Amino acid sequence: MSLLEILARRLLLGAGTLLFVSALVFFGTEILPGDVAYAILGQGATPELVEQVRDRLGLNEPLHLRYWIWLTNFLAGDFGSSLANGADIGTEVSRRASNTFILASCTALVAVPLAITLGLLASIKPGGRLDRSITSVSLALISFPDFMVAVILVTIFAVKLHWLPAIASIRPSYDVFDWIRILILPVTALTFTILAHMVRMTRSAVLNVLSSPAIEMAILKGVPRRRLMVRHALPNALGPIINVVALNLAYLISGVVIIETLFNFPGLGRYMVEGVTNRDVPIVQTCAMIFCTFYVLLNILADILSIMANPRVRYKK
Amino acid sequence: MTPETHPSQTWFGRWRATMSEMTFSAAICLGFLIIVFIIGIFAPWIAPYDEAQILTNDSFMPPSAEMWLGSDYLGRDVLSRLIYGIRITLFLALTISCLSFLSGVGLGFLAAVSGGRIDSWMSRFNDAMLSFPSLMLALIVINSLGSSFTVLIFTIALIDLTRVYRVSRALAVNVMVMDYVEAAVVRGEKKWWIIFHEVLPNTLIPLAAEFGIRFTYTILFISALSFLGLGVQPPQSDLGVMVKENMQALLYGEYTTLYPAIMIALIAVSMNIFVDWLLLQSSTKLPDEV
Repeated sequence: MSLLEILARRLLLGAGTLLFVSALVFFGTEILPGDVAYAILGQGATPELVEQVRDRLGLNEPLHLRYWIWLTNFLAGDFGSSLANGADIGTEVSRRASNTFILASCTALVAVPLAITLGLLASIKPGGRLDRSITSVSLALISFPDFMVAVILVTIFAVKLHWLPAIASIRPSYDVFDWIRILILPVTALTFTILAHMVRMTRSAVLNVLSSPAIEMAILKGVPRRRLMVRHALPNALGPIINVVALNLAYLISGVVIIETLFNFPGLGRYMVEGVTNRDVPIVQTCAMIFCTFYVLLNILADILSIMANPRVRYKK
Repeated sequence: MTPETHPSQTWFGRWRATMSEMTFSAAICLGFLIIVFIIGIFAPWIAPYDEAQILTNDSFMPPSAEMWLGSDYLGRDVLSRLIYGIRITLFLALTISCLSFLSGVGLGFLAAVSGGRIDSWMSRFNDAMLSFPSLMLALIVINSLGSSFTVLIFTIALIDLTRVYRVSRALAVNVMVMDYVEAAVVRGEKKWWIIFHEVLPNTLIPLAAEFGIRFTYTILFISALSFLGLGVQPPQSDLGVMVKENMQALLYGEYTTLYPAIMIALIAVSMNIFVDWLLLQSSTKLPDEV
């Protein structure tokens, strides 16, 4: 199979997955169909009014037709309006999505290089002192609930030392320095939540490569240790490492939801939690679709990159 | 040589031999876990006060002789609530892990033993489910059905099931290529016989480790949901709810909110260290966790 063929197949699979995801999001949120009209009308729901609202929202159409309308609207960028206050979801989402994007990409920029470096350092001498300390600290970090590091950071830097704000709400007047100030704590907390897994998995990916016959050959040939790691081990470990990174950026999704709620950060994650709390179905659908799409795209990207990074595939005639 | 009676020949004998070679840290962790479980089970007898009883009008009182960990935002005893919180958290996590394990291991083994089309369809469906971030799945279901113990248990068990299926299928596939399984197939043994007599005994330790990992993951997941206000609902409370409702304690200079968070972390750390040791014993690797 040629490279192009593999890529095409992977993309097609991704499109299928997205369709499955969208169906699950839609039918998952529409398990209780009558509720929406009642939810809007609240106490004053008379049968006629309910019927009117159902008609207006298109709730009387058959389910599969509604799915189709919803999907085409979603693809066209029309996310509908909130059930709670009738606000347009599209404008709210675009504002919040950019906030979340900033938060997530800052975290990725810090966490990914740090994790790969630590993972490589740990795998240089497995069982050594450095390796043992990195592995045991990361094991402890994995076991911490996502909110714990954030709570501790807030305690130290916001409550005790008053260095940084405990709440990361955003005003339009904020310049770059204000942004940096409010982002430091959430980004650090988020980094901790994804770092540990990434370090451990990078370590095991590199160790896996190091135990291969090719590396053994290089050792026997007398290649210096540093050159061995950089020239021989790293290219082969690149594919697995890319996979590890993508897999863990997916953790970012649940991390983002929790950290945004904790810091009161006006992002997509908190929007979704508010949506679920108020049972605001269109908001939940939109946010879930955005998060899931991001997740699926990330996985596809990782697959494609790791296929391209695999020397065996790249140099194949 | 009497191979039939040697303890290392039976899985129970091997299990006991492994247990006697426990490292110090693994033993400490196991001991801690056992104590926590006992506290959870006997919570009503151990807790000094009732979890819902309002003892003082002051929020976030510092620790004292009557209330060892002080009072919470409503003036309830934090220690008692912590003990009851452990009970709820452990109950949920254990129920969910058992449920997801019974179904996940069953289905995973069935897929591996059946092979062919059944296996490939089941695995394809599972992969599709895995393309969902687990928190999204949970939020969608909770949005539609609300948050009750039943909804929480079945939703998280379903999420865990996909992971358990993947791991147990991978483990079983490794066993299925062994000569002794082929011999059993040639003898004409049935599927379930192979599962119980060949696959299960040979995957028991890695499965035990996976159970530990799932258990930890479930505790962290429920706590996160409760922290978001979407998991266990007051007046019932688990450790995550306690962290959430006592967040303002930090403003008063009290650490009330940290106690339940640290308890969650301690349980999870102990379980992870124990599992790491267990995996080292069986020298098997589990597929990467998602």
